[in-house]
Amino acid sequence: MFQLFKFKGGVKPETNKAVSVTAPIAIAPLPAQLIVPLHQSIGGMPRPLVKAGERVLKGQRIGDPDKWISAAVHAPTSGTVVSVEERIASHPSGLPTLSVVLEPDGRDEWMERAPLDYASLEPERVRERLRDFGVVGLGGAVFPSHAKLVAAKAVPMEELVINGAECEPFMTCDDMLMRERAEEIVRGVGIFRDLLAPKRVLIGIEDNKPEALAAMRAAVQIVGENFEVVAVPTRYPAGGAKQLIRVLTGKEVPASTRSPEMGVQCFNVATAYTAWRAIAHGEPVLSRIVTLTGNVEQPRNWEVLLGTPLRDLIALGQPKADTTGYVMGGPMMGFEMPSLEAPIVKATNCIIAASPTLFPPPAPEMPCIRCGACAQACPHELQPFELYWFARARNFGKTQEYNIFDCIECGCCSYVCPSHIPLVQYFRFAKSEIWAREREKNQADAAKARFEFRNEREEREKAEKAERLAKAAAAKAAAAKPASEGVSAQSVAVTDNTAATLDPEAIKKATIAAAMERAKRQRESVQPKNTEGLTAAQSEEIAEIEARRTPLQKPTDQGEENSAPAIEK
Amino acid sequence: MNFTSPPYLTQNVSVQRIMLKVLAALVPAIAAYVYLVGPVILVQIGIASVACLLAEAALLKLRDKPLALFLGDGSALVTAWLIALSFPPLAPWWLVVVGSLFAIVIAKHLYGGLGQNPFNPAMIAFAVCIVSFPALMSQWPPVDMGAGVGEQLALVFGHAPRIDAMNGATPLDALKTALKLGEGHTSVGTIMADAAVFGRVAGRGWEWVAAAYLFGGLWLWQQKVISWHAPLSFIAGMAVLAGSLWLWDPQQFASPLFHLFSGGTLLGAFFIVTDPVSGCTTPKGKLIFGGLAGALAYVIRVFGGYPDGVAFAVLLLNIGVPLIDLYTQPAIFGMKGRKP
Repeated sequence: MFQLFKFKGGVKPETNKAVSVTAPIAIAPLPAQLIVPLHQSIGGMPRPLVKAGERVLKGQRIGDPDKWISAAVHAPTSGTVVSVEERIASHPSGLPTLSVVLEPDGRDEWMERAPLDYASLEPERVRERLRDFGVVGLGGAVFPSHAKLVAAKAVPMEELVINGAECEPFMTCDDMLMRERAEEIVRGVGIFRDLLAPKRVLIGIEDNKPEALAAMRAAVQIVGENFEVVAVPTRYPAGGAKQLIRVLTGKEVPASTRSPEMGVQCFNVATAYTAWRAIAHGEPVLSRIVTLTGNVEQPRNWEVLLGTPLRDLIALGQPKADTTGYVMGGPMMGFEMPSLEAPIVKATNCIIAASPTLFPPPAPEMPCIRCGACAQACPHELQPFELYWFARARNFGKTQEYNIFDCIECGCCSYVCPSHIPLVQYFRFAKSEIWAREREKNQADAAKARFEFRNEREEREKAEKAERLAKAAAAKAAAAKPASEGVSAQSVAVTDNTAATLDPEAIKKATIAAAMERAKRQRESVQPKNTEGLTAAQSEEIAEIEARRTPLQKPTDQGEENSAPAIEK
Repeated sequence: MNFTSPPYLTQNVSVQRIMLKVLAALVPAIAAYVYLVGPVILVQIGIASVACLLAEAALLKLRDKPLALFLGDGSALVTAWLIALSFPPLAPWWLVVVGSLFAIVIAKHLYGGLGQNPFNPAMIAFAVCIVSFPALMSQWPPVDMGAGVGEQLALVFGHAPRIDAMNGATPLDALKTALKLGEGHTSVGTIMADAAVFGRVAGRGWEWVAAAYLFGGLWLWQQKVISWHAPLSFIAGMAVLAGSLWLWDPQQFASPLFHLFSGGTLLGAFFIVTDPVSGCTTPKGKLIFGGLAGALAYVIRVFGGYPDGVAFAVLLLNIGVPLIDLYTQPAIFGMKGRKP
């Protein structure tokens, strides 16, 4: 029998999952327009590779990953780029984000797909493939997967945990994916296993999904792997990465530690599935399974093209008349979609049509009576009521002493609070305030450092100048009476030597050279601004200007290089 | 379309439900009271409730708080019932009113109302009244004093002279006074042989009220309204101290069982030290808080000048709560056995 561990806290809300698993996954029809945000993962903002009017093929890369922690974005179908512009983001803020607006041509014409024989490749190439094919954590956190597929240098990888727990109520996308596409998930897990080389592979699934458990066990058999498929007790948030790692391995990964440093790594089942499609079929992440449930006539799971506007998806479920809004994610950690125009993105695992009966308006907030129910429910064993107290008093230093950054915002504390205090909101507020202050402080520190450096430099230059002048004066004086009998020959030699180096012409040259070198270094160290999130047209224009400028700059550069040795004496 | 912030689901819990459960847990003890002393206790509970609710309403109005929401939370009623149950059942009505007003106005609202009071309001009421009116607060009737309901009410409302016969001491006080008067020549056993005052383990009749508190308290624990830490450590703190002295000299010190079933021990253990607002919140802190309060209550009731020590012990420990909580913060997820 597999030994399971427990995590403290957690809650058991009504799961409401049964309604959306009666029908198999259906392919959502092609919408009239797709709005594909470029920023669909944690990390760098991908640069647009297309511009308005361009025809793209299905699977064609339209956003290039920026730096290592970032993932590419692709055209979900073939068609014409209408525009590359800011559109409303699928984010609670409802702020705009740079998106590629695509008008499908209905032909769904693929680019050339090239399967990758990854066994013969260096791991680095495989990771690059995953990055370039847009594979990110589909559990909702959308962290670029390739960046997680590196074992710690000093710690051997012991367990690879595959997350099929799906603890959020209402949500069944992973459940259905495991039921219907278990084999491909298992093969995807095989890729992760080959890259990380763990001793054991553990697939954790909450015990309220017997069909998924059976399907995954069967798939492991068929593929011939030795992965252990483990039923874990149903308790929210068992599907949190840290909680599932705890339950399956007994390891508690603190907030300050990356899990590979403790010899464990965790991926969602859907992520493994997309990794397999990317490697074995050459298909980038273009769609995902989305549970459409809640206050709709037809709750079920849909395979939805990324960029599909919410309006098009919900129509498939036929929302009831008293629907007041749409939640993206689960009812515990999700958020209300800011608009029906907001698109389905890689993070969209579930859309719940909300109604006052389904999610009743909260009872009025009462004062905290310190009953401690929140502390008992907190899976990270924090003291939420203390955090609340300090957050409310804007005593942010204290919130950090009470480990506010260990809070995963799972919502258990708010769920059990008898005073109906929106605790998570207070913690988010405190965190963002702390971040804002830290940014401000860093900026102030940098400004102070710059100021002090400049002062110091001016002082130093003043002193150096004074010294030089004094020496020059001394040299002049020495030259004026060269045959001063009382002075030893040695001292004369020294002064002569100094005088030679301090030839006014050479000093002047050296100073100019040094200034130019400084300017050059400064130019190099300053990052160009306003170049993030440009449209293709803008990038092109910049490239043209750069091209014009280069020949003009060359002589100066050379001049600098020529004079550079002067200061190296 | 803007409803709320996540989580969109909440458990069906409220402050009101918690308070109502606490009130329900007091019902067995009230029933025992009615059976042993008479329905006069219901009158006292009524007086305290009206006084507390009126004071609460007035203060809420002054503080510009929503009346219905806060009057309905049940917290004032809990304070009222605890006051009525900790005061002598035949105390004059105005004494109960003074205690109630002090608890609600001074101990609760002047500190910021619900959730903000550093001291247990009911214990503040008790302490204020026993310091100000020590004689009236020490007169406890024997359980079968033979007075009818009318006579009792006349006493409460001041229409009858307070006859000495009706106003005995509590069993705790009786034992302490007898031991003191005996100057070492008498023993606990001899004194407790007086069947008019003492029962099986403690005060005759009163031990049943204590047992009812225990029953109600265990139900609260089963309902997860309170945790076991503070009640258990409170009982243990008193039992260990009482037991040690009893083993050392059983002639001069009553048994731990006597102390557990006397005075306010079990009321304190399950309904006072468990007050989340004025008590400790960490598991370790609750153990320390309860244990020290239990031991201190014993010291005060046995060696001090007051008939019981629960109220003073709890209030003194209330002062230490922030400090105890600060030093007993539990290790968080992933940080057990590590330096934070």
